[in-house]
Amino acid sequence: MISLPPLTSDITVSVNSSAKLTEAIRRPIEPVGKHFMHHAQRTLRNHTWSEFEKLEAEKNVKTVDDSNVDPDELLFDQELADETLLSHDPRDWKTADLYAAMGLSQVRFKATENQIIKAHRKQVVKYHPDKQSAAGVGLEQDGFFKIIQKAFETLTDSNKRAQYDSCDFVADVAPPKKGTKYDFFEAWAPVFASEARFSKKTPVPELGDLTTEKKDVEAFYSFWHRFDSWRTFEFLDEDVPDDSSNRDHKRYIERKNKAARDKKKTADNARLVKLVERAMNEDPRIKLFKEEEKKEKERKKWEREAGARAEAEAKAKAEAEAKAKAEADAVANASAKADKKKAKEAAKAAKKKNKRAIRNAPKEADYFGDADKAAAIDEQVGLIVDSLDDDQLVTVADKIKAGQAKEGLQEIAVVLKDAGKLPASLLPYFI
Amino acid sequence: MSSPVIGISFGNTSSSIAYINPKNDVDVIANPDGERSIPSVLSYVGEDEYHGGQAFQQLVRNPKNTIINFRDFIGLPFDKCDVSKCENGAPVVDIDGKAGFVIARGEGKEERITVDEVVSRHLNRLKLAAEDYIGQTISQTILTVPTDFTTEQKDALAQAASKIGLKIVQFINEPSASLLAHVEQFPTEKDANVVVADFGGVRSDAAVIAIRNGVFTILATAHDNKLGGDNLDAELIEYFAKDFESKNKANPRKNARSMAKLRANAIITKKTLSNATSATISIDSLADGFDYHASINRMRYELTANKVFAQFSNFIDSVITKAGLDPLDINAVLLAGGVSFTPKLSTNLEYTLPESVEILGPNNKNASSNPNELSASGAALQARLVADYDTDELKEALQPVIVNTLHLQKDIGLVDATGAFVPVLSKETYYPVQKKLLLKKVSGDFLIGVYEGDSHIEERTIEPETKDEKAADGEDSESEWSDDELEIVRERKYTLGTKLMELGVKGVKNGLEIVFNINKEGVLRVTARDLKTSQVVKGEL
Ligand SMILES: Nc1ncnc2c1ncn2[C@@H]1O[C@H](COP(=O)(O)OP(=O)(O)OP(=O)(O)O)[C@@H](O)[C@H]1O
Ligand SMILES: [Mg+2]
Repeated sequence: MISLPPLTSDITVSVNSSAKLTEAIRRPIEPVGKHFMHHAQRTLRNHTWSEFEKLEAEKNVKTVDDSNVDPDELLFDQELADETLLSHDPRDWKTADLYAAMGLSQVRFKATENQIIKAHRKQVVKYHPDKQSAAGVGLEQDGFFKIIQKAFETLTDSNKRAQYDSCDFVADVAPPKKGTKYDFFEAWAPVFASEARFSKKTPVPELGDLTTEKKDVEAFYSFWHRFDSWRTFEFLDEDVPDDSSNRDHKRYIERKNKAARDKKKTADNARLVKLVERAMNEDPRIKLFKEEEKKEKERKKWEREAGARAEAEAKAKAEAEAKAKAEADAVANASAKADKKKAKEAAKAAKKKNKRAIRNAPKEADYFGDADKAAAIDEQVGLIVDSLDDDQLVTVADKIKAGQAKEGLQEIAVVLKDAGKLPASLLPYFI
Repeated sequence: MSSPVIGISFGNTSSSIAYINPKNDVDVIANPDGERSIPSVLSYVGEDEYHGGQAFQQLVRNPKNTIINFRDFIGLPFDKCDVSKCENGAPVVDIDGKAGFVIARGEGKEERITVDEVVSRHLNRLKLAAEDYIGQTISQTILTVPTDFTTEQKDALAQAASKIGLKIVQFINEPSASLLAHVEQFPTEKDANVVVADFGGVRSDAAVIAIRNGVFTILATAHDNKLGGDNLDAELIEYFAKDFESKNKANPRKNARSMAKLRANAIITKKTLSNATSATISIDSLADGFDYHASINRMRYELTANKVFAQFSNFIDSVITKAGLDPLDINAVLLAGGVSFTPKLSTNLEYTLPESVEILGPNNKNASSNPNELSASGAALQARLVADYDTDELKEALQPVIVNTLHLQKDIGLVDATGAFVPVLSKETYYPVQKKLLLKKVSGDFLIGVYEGDSHIEERTIEPETKDEKAADGEDSESEWSDDELEIVRERKYTLGTKLMELGVKGVKNGLEIVFNINKEGVLRVTARDLKTSQVVKGEL
């Protein structure tokens, strides 16, 4: 609820007469629903709002009155459901639809005692022979009145009514046609609801829907597998003659009736067993439960085998690790080899470089001022270079780099001579 | 008792019939085969005519004589008909400039049936089903139509119906019918803007509807004739076809019959996946003599048809934009049509639309669990309503002067104690109109300030956490955290616009009633009445 600000100045009404509402747009409203109809009426009749409210209020009273009708009445047939009843032979009343005769064709076994009494009263008022002849209707309707009376008699005696309801095949709901497409629950719920009327045990569990729990579904089918039916077939008995003259004949008929009844009862039980079996087979929930069970089993099996699997996994892991290590080692080896090779090559290159440096040293130093002996010097330096080991190569090269080529070569020539690697006679220039 | 007026929803894919039963409840009527959603299909095998699900099943064996998707052709010239819609059934041909079908009726006989005749026969079957169910002859109906149906189309429908003794008392728009059914079941006093989104088999329709004081105004509509449940079927079919091909090295796409089998089964699979999280498909001899058995779970399906689902969401966005509204202005999306059973539709919308938009889909407890029955139910409700009126009264009520009314383009409301604007008559309220506010038990002197309201959308960014808080956490190890998502909050905010009037009321002891009234001429009158003394202060603009 909105809370208003307090009044701080002394205004009663102050209209901003210069203000205009923002331009409105004309568009259609949807001509549906009661609010539209009210709008239409107000506009058509040019009612002010208060007039309209008054009218509506009166109308509401009326509709409340209207709905004061007995709810039972709404369930009764407005017209005779089966016109042929009017000419039905009253002696054959047993083959007439007694509920239809009572105007209860839609209610049938669900009719309460009270409804039967009310319905009967209604039919009597309408079909009483006095009324009918006054209206100039032929005599045959007398017969229909007799049927109504028979119906009343049958339906108000609980024993007779049970017998009649047992054979009220109109109230049976046939199971869905095989091979047609239907929603399981929509199609089967009414079937079970109608079969349920014969249960000795109450309450009868309901079919439920896809969300019904497993235990309830199981309870449902176990109830129906063990269904205890009070359905009897006496009503279809052949009439037993009541004259006592022929006792044997009477007994014969009685025996025949009993046999027929038993046979029908057996057939009916078998029918129900088959029906329940079929429903169970079609029940999507049962299929679901089975699948779940299967999955659960698989899961259990999986768990059971967990130990073995762990071992296998460990083994696999160890193997994988070993393999990984081997691979890593191989890679390391290879790279070490490569490194070595590289180092070697580098050393080789360095050696070559040093050798070249030494060979070229005399020429670079203008043959130490003895250019006329260039060939001899080159030859002798060549001999020196070829006799040097790696370390000596480096030493001499360093000396040359330091600009002391001649000294370096002289020194090493002595070393080589002393080591017996080269005779002094071959190196006359340096020794 | 006079026979009831029934409501019919007639779609390209399926039709439903409904009526209000003696217990005063909406009853959607099942045909003798137990179908409440009756396929709009007629099929002919020699002399025999099949209808509904039985006809639908003929699409595999007898497609050339099985008429599907014909509703939208009624009243249209042939060249305006999208003949591709009938590719999988009896082909459409030009009969006297109208759409029609050439059907084999056995022994070399041929029947040429115009779409008008097809519609007559279809409506007749629906009428018979209703009569069978109700036990009375039916002669009147309310029929729902898409909002883009032309006058010619409606005339053609009326004629096709009258040919079989059915009078169409009123045509009503499909989205309005659906909304009517919804508010009947879940009544609300509040004004609201609702998108009614109807996802059918071969088309999708949406309407933005303003509900003001219980009256509906359509603010915008959108139609997509290439989007519907068939698109989902196509994705599934392709998915299965690929799978089948890889398993069997046989291509089911080459053969119309194989495709028809696959289509029929894919549709069932699709529907199953609306209820269950996985489904199996099983077809004997699908192609080249190979059987096909496979299963698919809901997630895979949703991934496979992802593109189509995105189209559904975009379609709704587009109609909101078309109405010139922001998604924040929408209070709810009412999902109608068969495709709306699909859970992914709702979850996608919950994700793409602001939280304030309620998604009224079959899984919402505040909405019908049968979205495909909404429009027929609405038609039945309207049927009950007009049954109380005679023809002239109804005709009068539907006159343009009554229907075409002015609608406010700004909110009108009050200033509350904090100085903020509170809408009373919201934008798009039609008039003449009256609205009462009851302030129970208030006492004192009050200022009633009446203004037009302006509004705008305000966007604020909320940082998820401030830096200090993070430092206080002690673990400043990951300083990169700050590029966390910034939350953007959008809100519609009102501000005071033009001042219209002020009323001062003094000495209120026990409650105040404020009445806003706009008459036909657009005169605004605000009346404040002291509930105890009945003293009145009144202003008129
Ligand atoms: N339970 C379900 N889950 C998913 N899709 C469904 C379900 N039931 C029906 N459908 C799909 O809904 C579509 C039909 O919807 P509807 O009956 O609303 O269409 P229509 O109004 O007859 O057709 P249109 O609007 O195209 O004229 C079909 O594609 C159908 O397969
Ligand atoms: Mg539709």
